Amino acid sequence: MPEPHVPKEAIGHGDGGTAALAIGEAESLERAHAAGPPPPGGAPTGRPRSLWSDAWHDLRRNPVFVLSALVIVFLVVIALWPQLIATGNPYRADLAKAQQGAAPGHPFGYDLQGRDVYTRVVYGARASITVGTCATAGAALLGSLLGGLAGFFGGWWDALLSRLADIFFGIPVLLGGLVFLSVVTSTTVWPVVGFIVLLGWPQVARIARGSVVTAKQNDYVQAARALGAGNGRMLLRHIAPNAVAPVIVVATIALGTYIALEATLSYLGAGLKPPTVSWGIDISAASTHIRNAPHMLLWPAGALSLTVLAFIMLGDAVRDALDPKLR
Amino acid sequence: MTEGGVPPAQPLLDVRDLRVEFRTRDGVAKAVNGVSYTVAAGQTLAVLGESGSGKSVTAQAVMGILDSPPGFVTGGQILFRGRDLLTLGREERRRIRGAQLAMIFQDALSALNPVLSVGTQLGEMFRVHTGASRKDARARAVALMERVGIPAARQRVGDYPHQFSGGMRQRIMIAMALALEPALIIADEPTTALDVTVQAQVMDLLAELRREYRMGLILITHDLGVVADVADTIAVMYAGRVVETAPVHQLYKAPAHPYTRGLLESVPRLGPKDRPLYAIKGLPPSLTAIPPGCTFHPRCPLARDLCRTDRPPLYEAGPERTSACHFWKETLDGAR
Amino acid sequence: MGRYVIRRLLQMIPVFIGSTFLIFLMVYALGDPVAAMFGERAPDPATAAQIRHDLYLDQPLWKQYPHYMGQIFQGNFGIAFNGRPVTELMAAAFPVTLRLTLIAVVIEMVVGIALGVFSGLRRGRSIDTTVLVLTLIVVSVPTFVSGYLLQFVFGVKLEWAAPTVAFETPLNEMLLPGLVLALVSLAYVTRLTRTSIAENARADYIRTAVAKGLPRRRVITRHLLRNSLIPVVTFIGTDIGALMGGAIVTERIFNIHGVGFQLYQGILRQNSPTVVGFVTILVLVFLIANLLVDLLYAVLDPRIRYA
Repeated sequence: MPEPHVPKEAIGHGDGGTAALAIGEAESLERAHAAGPPPPGGAPTGRPRSLWSDAWHDLRRNPVFVLSALVIVFLVVIALWPQLIATGNPYRADLAKAQQGAAPGHPFGYDLQGRDVYTRVVYGARASITVGTCATAGAALLGSLLGGLAGFFGGWWDALLSRLADIFFGIPVLLGGLVFLSVVTSTTVWPVVGFIVLLGWPQVARIARGSVVTAKQNDYVQAARALGAGNGRMLLRHIAPNAVAPVIVVATIALGTYIALEATLSYLGAGLKPPTVSWGIDISAASTHIRNAPHMLLWPAGALSLTVLAFIMLGDAVRDALDPKLR
Repeated sequence: MTEGGVPPAQPLLDVRDLRVEFRTRDGVAKAVNGVSYTVAAGQTLAVLGESGSGKSVTAQAVMGILDSPPGFVTGGQILFRGRDLLTLGREERRRIRGAQLAMIFQDALSALNPVLSVGTQLGEMFRVHTGASRKDARARAVALMERVGIPAARQRVGDYPHQFSGGMRQRIMIAMALALEPALIIADEPTTALDVTVQAQVMDLLAELRREYRMGLILITHDLGVVADVADTIAVMYAGRVVETAPVHQLYKAPAHPYTRGLLESVPRLGPKDRPLYAIKGLPPSLTAIPPGCTFHPRCPLARDLCRTDRPPLYEAGPERTSACHFWKETLDGAR
Repeated sequence: MGRYVIRRLLQMIPVFIGSTFLIFLMVYALGDPVAAMFGERAPDPATAAQIRHDLYLDQPLWKQYPHYMGQIFQGNFGIAFNGRPVTELMAAAFPVTLRLTLIAVVIEMVVGIALGVFSGLRRGRSIDTTVLVLTLIVVSVPTFVSGYLLQFVFGVKLEWAAPTVAFETPLNEMLLPGLVLALVSLAYVTRLTRTSIAENARADYIRTAVAKGLPRRRVITRHLLRNSLIPVVTFIGTDIGALMGGAIVTERIFNIHGVGFQLYQGILRQNSPTVVGFVTILVLVFLIANLLVDLLYAVLDPRIRYA
C-alpha cells in the first residue's frame, strides 16, 4: 500500500514513556558522512568484518555502551541476589521510625511504615528487571514472528496484521492498562508483562515486517528464489538475518521504556501490587509526603530513572553500532 | 612547485597549487595535492579523472562549497578574474557564487530541493542576487525554462523536480546555473546520471549556451567520449594532481603521460575485433597513503627507479602542453 | 486526494471498531456494573434484573456492543458514576485536558524544535553532545517522577508556580503541568529535529542552495528547515492523541480534573459507560489526529502522491 511515511514508530508514547522508541533517528550516519570522499578504489583497511563483529568492535570502544552495560550487569546481579548488598528485610516495619531520614546503617532513611528505604530500593530492582526483560522478550518474539510472516507472505496476511497492529496502536497505553489491569487480582508480575507484550508487539512487528520486505527485494534473495530455494530456507538463511539487527535495536530501547511503563502503571495502582517490592508503588506511596519526607520519593525515583537511562543508553549505543544504513 | 604554463593574457580562472585535505577520524585524506589549471574566458576545460582523483573536490573548493569540516583548503590560490577567492570574506564569496561562478551538479534529482517548485528554485536566483520582485522572478524563471528547451514552461513552472524526467531536470539545473549569466560554469559530470540518448542532447545544449553567452566552462567528467566534442583543453587528474594538460586534439593524438595513454586505450573503439581492450592494472592509491615518487608508479608500465623516489614536476611537453612524467618524451614518442 | 481521504476514512472504521471493542471487552470483564451501583447493599433481585434489562446487560456481549455503539452515535453515552449523563462529565473534562495538551504541544514544539535546530547545526560539537545526553536523561525519567520533582522544586521550594491547579484551571497555573506533560515528547522532538537537520544539512540540494550564492540564513530557513521539519511535524501531530491519553499522570500529580481524573474515578467505581465513553472519544481523537497528519504530510512533501 503506497501510504505516506509517517514515523509511526514514534507514536503511542504518552506518559511514562511507554513505547516511544526508535524514532527513525540516524545520528550515527554522520560518522559515515564525516569520512569525506570515499578513498579511491578499495583502500586496504584490514581484514573484512561482518556486521556483528564490526558492531562489537565499535561497542567495546564506546564509553556510553561500556558504562550502561556495567550498570545493567550490576542491576541484574542485584535483581537475582539482592542479599549481596542489602542484608536487611524489605518488609520489616518499625512504625516508630516512619518517615525518618538517614540514620547509621540506614543510609536512605525510613518509609511511611518505617521500613528501610535502602533495602526496598535494592529489592525493587527485581520487579523492574523481571518485567522489563520478560515483556521485551515476549514482545520481540511475538512481534518478529507476526511481522516477519506478514512481510514474507504479504497480501492478505499482511493487510490483516497491519490493521490488527493499528488496533493496538489506537488504544491509549496507560488508560488501557488501567482498565485491563484493574480486573486482575494476581500479585505476580505476569499480568503486567502480558499487558505490555499485548501493546508492545505491534511496534516490533512493524520493524520486522519492514526489514523483511526490504530483504525480500535484495538481488541475492531474488536469485536464491530463482534457483529454487524453498520458503523455509529463504526465511532462515537469507531473510531472518537481515531482520535481527533492527529488532534487537528496537527491543533494547523498548526494554527501558517498558520498565518506565511498569513503574507508571504501578504508580497509578494498576501495575504490580504488594507484597511485590516495586519502585513505582513506593514512589506512589511517598508522593503525598514529598513536602516533609522527600527522601522516600527521591531514592526509588533515582533508582528507577537510572535503570531506565541505562537501558535506553545501551539501546542507543547498540543502534549506532548496528544501524545498517551505516554500512 | 608545479607551475603550469602561464598563458599570456590573464585567464578567467587560474588555480595555482591548490591543496585540499579531509580530516577524518581515520586520518587525513589528501584529496587535492597541488592542482593547477587555468580557464580562459569563453574556453572549455575538461577535467578528466577517475572517481577519487580530486576533480570534484577541486571544483568544490573553487566554488567555495566544500563540506568543512571535514574538508579544508590548506594551500594554493584560486584567482578568479585576478582576485584570489581564498582571501575574500564569506559575504563577498557568496555574492560571486551563483552570479559570476555557477555550478551544475551530476544528479539533478537530489541536487534540486524536492519540496520547492522549480519556479521557486529558479526565481530564487533573481530574488536573492538582483532583488527582483516575486512576479518578476517567476517571469524570468519561465523565460529560462523556455531557453533551455522545456516544453510548456509556463504551465510547468509550478511543478516539483520529481515531476520532470531526468533530462528535463538536468535542463533545469543548467537553467539555474545560467540564470545570472555567469562568467564561468563548472559542470560536474552533468550527463552521467542520464540515458545515453539524452546525454547528447544535454551536452549539445550546454555547448550551445556556452557559445551564446561566451562563458568559460569547466567540464568535469570521466567520460572521454564526451570530452572530444566540446572541450578546448584537457586536464587529466590522478590522485589529487594534474598529470597532464593539453589541447584536446593533441592529447587524443599523442598522450604525454602513461596514465592518459592507459585511459585512452581502455576505451573501446570501432576497429579490428581482435585488438584487446587495455586495462590499467591495479587500483588508484589511497588518499591517506599516497606513494612516494610519482603517484602513478605502482601501476605504470614504464616505471623505473627514478619514478619510485622522485616526484615528477609538470614538464613543459610542447606548446600549451604539460606532463607530470619523467619520461614524457618517451611516452609521447611511443604514442606517435 | 479526495479518494485517498475516503480510503483512509474507510480504513479507520475497522481500527475504530477493533480498539473500542477491545476496551469494551476489558470493561465487561471488570465485573457487574449493577452490583457496583448499589455498593455495599445487595440490590433487590427483581430491581437488578430490571436495570440489567434497561441497560441491555442481559444480552450477550456481541449484541451489547453494537447496541452501545448505536447509542453513542445518537449522543447517548449513558449515566456516569455520579448519576449524571456521561456527556456532561465529558463536557467538563475534555476542555481541561485539551488545554493541558495544547500547552504541552506548544512547549514541545517551540522548545524542542529550537533546541533540535540549534544542536543539529552544531553537530558533533560539545554543545550538541550535551543536548543529546540531556534529552536521553529526560526520556529516562518517567513523567510521574519528573512531575513530582518539578512540583517539589518550583511549586514547594521556590514557590514560582502553584503546586496544584485550581478548579478553574487558570493558564498560569497550567504552565508547569504542561511542561511536565511535554517533557518526554520534548526530548524526542529535540532528537528528531536534530537528526533530521544534521542529515539534511549534508543533502545535495543544500549544497546546491549554497552554490547558488544564497545567504546562509536563507539556506537554513527556506531549504534546510522546510525539509527537516516534515518528520517533526508529523511526530507532533500523532503525539497529540498520545498526550491526551497520557495526561492522566500529570492530572493526578497536579490535581487537575480532566479526562484522566474522571476516567480513573470511572474505573474505581466500575462504571462502564464512563470508561468506554471516554476511551472511545480518545481513540477517535487519536485516529483523526493520525489522518490529519497523513494529509498534512502530503501538503508538506509534494513527492507523496496518494493513489
